Amino acid sequence: MNSIFSLPEATTHAADVDNIFYLLLVLSGATAAVVFGAILVLAVRYHRGSAAKRGPLPEIVSREFEIGWTTATLFAFLFLFWWASSADLSRFSAPANALEIHVVAKQWMWKTQHANGAREINALHIPVDRPVRLSMSSQDVIHSFFIPAFRVKQDVLPGRDTDVWFQATKTGVFPLLCAEYCGTDHSMMRGRIVVMRQEDFANWLSQQPEGDDLAHEGAKLFVAQGCSGCHAASSNVHAPRLAGLYGRVVQLADGREVKADEAYIRDSILLPKRDVVAGFEPIMPSFSGLLDDGEIQSLTAYIRSLAHEKQSD
Amino acid sequence: MRSKVTDALLNGELPLPPRPDYLRHGSTISSWLITTDHKRIAILYAITITVFFFMGGAAITAVRLELFEPNGWLLTSDTYNKLFSFHGIVMVWFFLVPSIPNTLGNFLLPLMIGAPDVAFPRLNLFSWYLTIAAGMLTVYALVAGGVDTGWTFYTPYSTMFSNSHVFAAAAGVFVVGFASIATGVNFIATTHMLRAPGMTWFRLPLFVWAIYATSIIMVLATPVLAISLLLVIAERWLGLPIFDPAQGGDPILFQHLFWFYSHPAVYIMVLPAMGVVSEVIPCFARRRIFGYDFMVYAMVAIAGIGFFVWGHHMFVSGQSIYASLIFSFLSFIIAVPSAIKVFNWTASLYRGQISFDSPMLYALGFVGLFTTGGLSGLFLASIPVDVHVTDTYFVVAHFHYIMVGGSVSAFFAGLHFWWPKITGKMYPDGWARFAAILMYAGFNMTFLPQFFAGYLGMPRRYHTYPPEFQIYNVMSSAGAAVLAAAYLLPLGYFAWSLFYGTRAGNNPWRATGLEWTTTSPPPPKNFDRQPRVDRGPYDYHAAGQSAGTDPPEVQNAREVV
Repeated sequence: MNSIFSLPEATTHAADVDNIFYLLLVLSGATAAVVFGAILVLAVRYHRGSAAKRGPLPEIVSREFEIGWTTATLFAFLFLFWWASSADLSRFSAPANALEIHVVAKQWMWKTQHANGAREINALHIPVDRPVRLSMSSQDVIHSFFIPAFRVKQDVLPGRDTDVWFQATKTGVFPLLCAEYCGTDHSMMRGRIVVMRQEDFANWLSQQPEGDDLAHEGAKLFVAQGCSGCHAASSNVHAPRLAGLYGRVVQLADGREVKADEAYIRDSILLPKRDVVAGFEPIMPSFSGLLDDGEIQSLTAYIRSLAHEKQSD
Repeated sequence: MRSKVTDALLNGELPLPPRPDYLRHGSTISSWLITTDHKRIAILYAITITVFFFMGGAAITAVRLELFEPNGWLLTSDTYNKLFSFHGIVMVWFFLVPSIPNTLGNFLLPLMIGAPDVAFPRLNLFSWYLTIAAGMLTVYALVAGGVDTGWTFYTPYSTMFSNSHVFAAAAGVFVVGFASIATGVNFIATTHMLRAPGMTWFRLPLFVWAIYATSIIMVLATPVLAISLLLVIAERWLGLPIFDPAQGGDPILFQHLFWFYSHPAVYIMVLPAMGVVSEVIPCFARRRIFGYDFMVYAMVAIAGIGFFVWGHHMFVSGQSIYASLIFSFLSFIIAVPSAIKVFNWTASLYRGQISFDSPMLYALGFVGLFTTGGLSGLFLASIPVDVHVTDTYFVVAHFHYIMVGGSVSAFFAGLHFWWPKITGKMYPDGWARFAAILMYAGFNMTFLPQFFAGYLGMPRRYHTYPPEFQIYNVMSSAGAAVLAAAYLLPLGYFAWSLFYGTRAGNNPWRATGLEWTTTSPPPPKNFDRQPRVDRGPYDYHAAGQSAGTDPPEVQNAREVV
């Protein structure tokens, strides 16, 4: 059982959040003290029949006060906005060396998969002091990946990947919760995050039954599902080659340009008619309903793994 | 010119020609059910929302009982989910949204502007019937087995996964939205067309401004709610792919549509409360409201900017970080006019002659709870903090402080303030003061611990929870018992007052405002003569005399021709 009065700050980012929280606490505490104090003092001093001076308001207590506290409040709030937002922007994108882990949410469990293929259910082992990026999607409804001790929360959506990254600073076991209401056993959709020393993590990972890593699984699926029939270099069908695709800007038939990221690849598998590449016929069938989220993640990982291969037409 | 006789007439010192008041003007059931008198319709609404309030309250009582234990002891998860969903749906759409506008607003708007009725009396009655029909659909959803989507109906859960009565519940909310729109249109037309001679816009009582601003939001925002629920029904019932990502839909689209209505809806719930408090505080402080015009601008600003902050409900939804920044910025901006209002209410006490009758205690309770709730809103406007506490009990505490602590306290303030006008009877003020203090204490006991639980990471809508949160849930549930007692007490003494209360007289609080110049209860057409207005509202220290010492006839001076 965790402490009932305090929450650990277990990531680099947690202390920043808490600093903003405490500043807000001090400011709003002071504001509340001033307002409640003023109400109390005025209520006592000017209760009916008291001897305090009455009569019209002094000249100064009118426009000037009104404009004064309006401006003061505005500037205080602008400062808070700037401070809170700059902290947020600085951690917008994950460092390039982040460890990548895939998360699939479903009613009512968390499935995680490491880069080497090791899988866990309702648990996630990660190394301390190393940035970790989670790429997440849901197989059914919207869930939300919430680790209170990390001050991290991100909704997990069906049909779309969402990302979150963090760097743990403390070893230990921390609760993982689903924060977006997802049906009957929403409150049972919990797990644990185990933060280990880096060498312990390496040991732990090497002892897991490996399975294929995602990209290899994807490569098998690529053949098994018939993707290679058109997209392989040897194919006779006029279809875009996928080597070197990931991360590139793609010119579409309708003149738009999109960056070939995970969302684009997912969309192209499920909704191939939406973003047709310039110079190709819209002949690809949709794989919606034929692939589950894990399989799409594997295929995406495979296509990513081709990012640095030369295109060989 | 005002004569002595007019003065005496105004203050109820001379007997008027005998004529029945609105309550005794017809006593059959049908005289109530087909009435077009705004005052009677207000009573119909009051009874309706009281029933819904206690239904929603019963649902949450079971929830709070269940939460005494971390692993539950009374309910299944499905029942638990259905109970909090029912609580939310009923309390938002069948209690809070119609509460002040449709009861006090209906009753007072024509009286305050010196009109015989609202602009469209039959539309007014029609909107009550819509509310009843919608309520029956929603209650049917409960009786038939309940709905488990939460009051937010998030897709794709509501459209593709829930096995509960989403259709009936969504249809109920869809229909009650039209009641809202009808009321809004009616109040806007009334305020524009039916003001008494001399009642210029800047002589309107702030309550009228509040109801006007609220009506604008109702008319502009509610259609979007109707659209989003219609889309839910279309996808769930007809299988039209709108939110289903596998067919090119977007579940987040629903959240944008839903919050485009539901954030302004918070202001539908709280602006009328601000209006009530702006009437009560000047009366019991015997002061003009401080900064009348700023209070008006603040309400208009809240109503306007309120349309552009919906994305702050979606900081973790996956929306663009740049969108989040803009919504965060606007959320800080909209806090400014709210803060101004709190400062102005406080400043209105300065150099007053303050008495602490029950309406004043409720109104001060509003200021306290609204301030606490508003300050906690700053935490939620800050993106990094919001990411941590959104979807936790911190948010639950925050919006209950605003919508229950704020709006319900103000509703009770208004109910106690205008009860003598509505019924012609006085209630026992000692009991009422006790209930007011009990409500303030019970409310804080219930919801203050939830801020802590939320910050420590307790998610909302959790049937079972990690054991470290038990202490906060036990405190909260215990507080809820106190709060429940405070809500039940007024039922007792209000009922008592109807039978045994002393007669109220026209103006028991020596308040300004046209509604106090007519009899209590008012006659069917409100005024025996067309009122004329020659000065601004809150004229509590006329002729430069020190506040509170003027004889009532000076304070209430109105030209009557």
